[in-house]
Amino acid sequence: MQPTFSSSRILQPVRPWFIVFSLIGAALLNFLPTAHWPGVPDWVALVLCFWCIREFRRVGMGWAFVLGLLMDVADGAVLGQHCFAYVLLAYTASSLSRRILWFPLVQQALQVLPLLVATQVLQALMRLAVGADFPGWGYFLGPVVATLLWIPLTFILLLPQYRPVEQDPNRPI
Amino acid sequence: MAGIDHAPPPFFKQGPAPLALLTFYLAVSLAIFVVDLRFQSLELLRQSIALVVDPVQRVAQTPGSLVDYAASYLQGMRALQQENNELKHTQLTTAPNLQRLAQLEVENERLRKLLSVKEREKANGQVTQILYTARDPFSRKIIVDKGQQAGIAAGQPAIDETGVVGQVTRVFAFSSEITLITDKDQVVPVQIVRSGQRSVVFGLGNGQLELRYMPANADIQVDDVLVTSGLDGIYLPGFPVARVVNIERDNAYSFARIFCVPIAGVENFGEVMVLDARQPLPPAPPASAGRPGSSDQPGLRGRNKKAPTRGN
Repeated sequence: MQPTFSSSRILQPVRPWFIVFSLIGAALLNFLPTAHWPGVPDWVALVLCFWCIREFRRVGMGWAFVLGLLMDVADGAVLGQHCFAYVLLAYTASSLSRRILWFPLVQQALQVLPLLVATQVLQALMRLAVGADFPGWGYFLGPVVATLLWIPLTFILLLPQYRPVEQDPNRPI
Repeated sequence: MAGIDHAPPPFFKQGPAPLALLTFYLAVSLAIFVVDLRFQSLELLRQSIALVVDPVQRVAQTPGSLVDYAASYLQGMRALQQENNELKHTQLTTAPNLQRLAQLEVENERLRKLLSVKEREKANGQVTQILYTARDPFSRKIIVDKGQQAGIAAGQPAIDETGVVGQVTRVFAFSSEITLITDKDQVVPVQIVRSGQRSVVFGLGNGQLELRYMPANADIQVDDVLVTSGLDGIYLPGFPVARVVNIERDNAYSFARIFCVPIAGVENFGEVMVLDARQPLPPAPPASAGRPGSSDQPGLRGRNKKAPTRGN
């Protein structure tokens, strides 16, 4: 697999434990007491979206559902709120993955933005529909920041898969 | 896909179609959402997941609390001395009231016995440390460090040194969740100290409270203090709840809009005291008994009537 389909660089296959590790790391980042600052992204949604686009055969709606349940409990939110949004995010991300991976990173980020915004808006709609309090516009700033982080995130999460650049011109592939 | 993947393409074993899976998961999520919201019957599921999530969450909070600790450590001698002086000062100013409190309580008890009124309940509780604010941006909740293991149950009120903070709404094994009185539509039955009028105060969700259903000509002024009325059987009477800051009287509506701010440091971090659950109130008198005179104090009447038979 390549970083993008138009790249000539070939990556090593992903290690499953690294996917798990990165998702746990994202959850830990979410648990940090920074959640009330405006513009702090939902790390789990971001990393989940990343893996659903990169490895849609391994990470899918089942993962999204379980992570959503964890986040619901950790947030003290209504159970099912994150599940619903994450499952939909995983489905859309993995069905769009073949298209998104053709684009260079900046345009990938632009394609990911509506997915992350939809995840956030969906949760807000679910809660507002049952009479919760409006969380303020800072809540919708998170996906925008997450989009800006797409390029560094791609670099970091693909780091274990890069192989050294070989200078051998007679390489078989 | 690129052919470099090690796993052979699964031609025949694809599992359920993505759309079917999506429908299944969305249906389950929505079902959980509705059930949790309307019937609150998923507490066991929540508690068992919390058993795993809670320790991780506490670990994630340590950097923040370390920073807090370092900040307070570096605050230095001067600030501490100043705080100490202030505390001594407040202790001295409250000393006259406190010293007579014990005697007054005994006297009050005796007088209440003479009048054969039920004794005032004493407020006991346990001090808990606030761990963190719940992440959910749609509500105002805090998590404290004592739970089922410390005997805390849902429904207990929580106060700080100045007034009512909120009410325990969920209890986990080692922590519990307190919904603040400023949470949207969180309700506290209150009484205006100056006039003795009873009402109910609702959280607005933006840090303020609103006294609803008060007639436009009600006797209420800015700076009036609201204390718990104790009619609900949850909060003991007499704890300060809020202070009136703004009154809008509009003739177009039959009710005045009365805004209050909480007296307790509701949104601050620190310690809160979770009060023990109140003794259950005696059952309300049957509706067929009629309501002689004013119906203002059904609770007290019921209590007076029942008191001798229950051996109080």
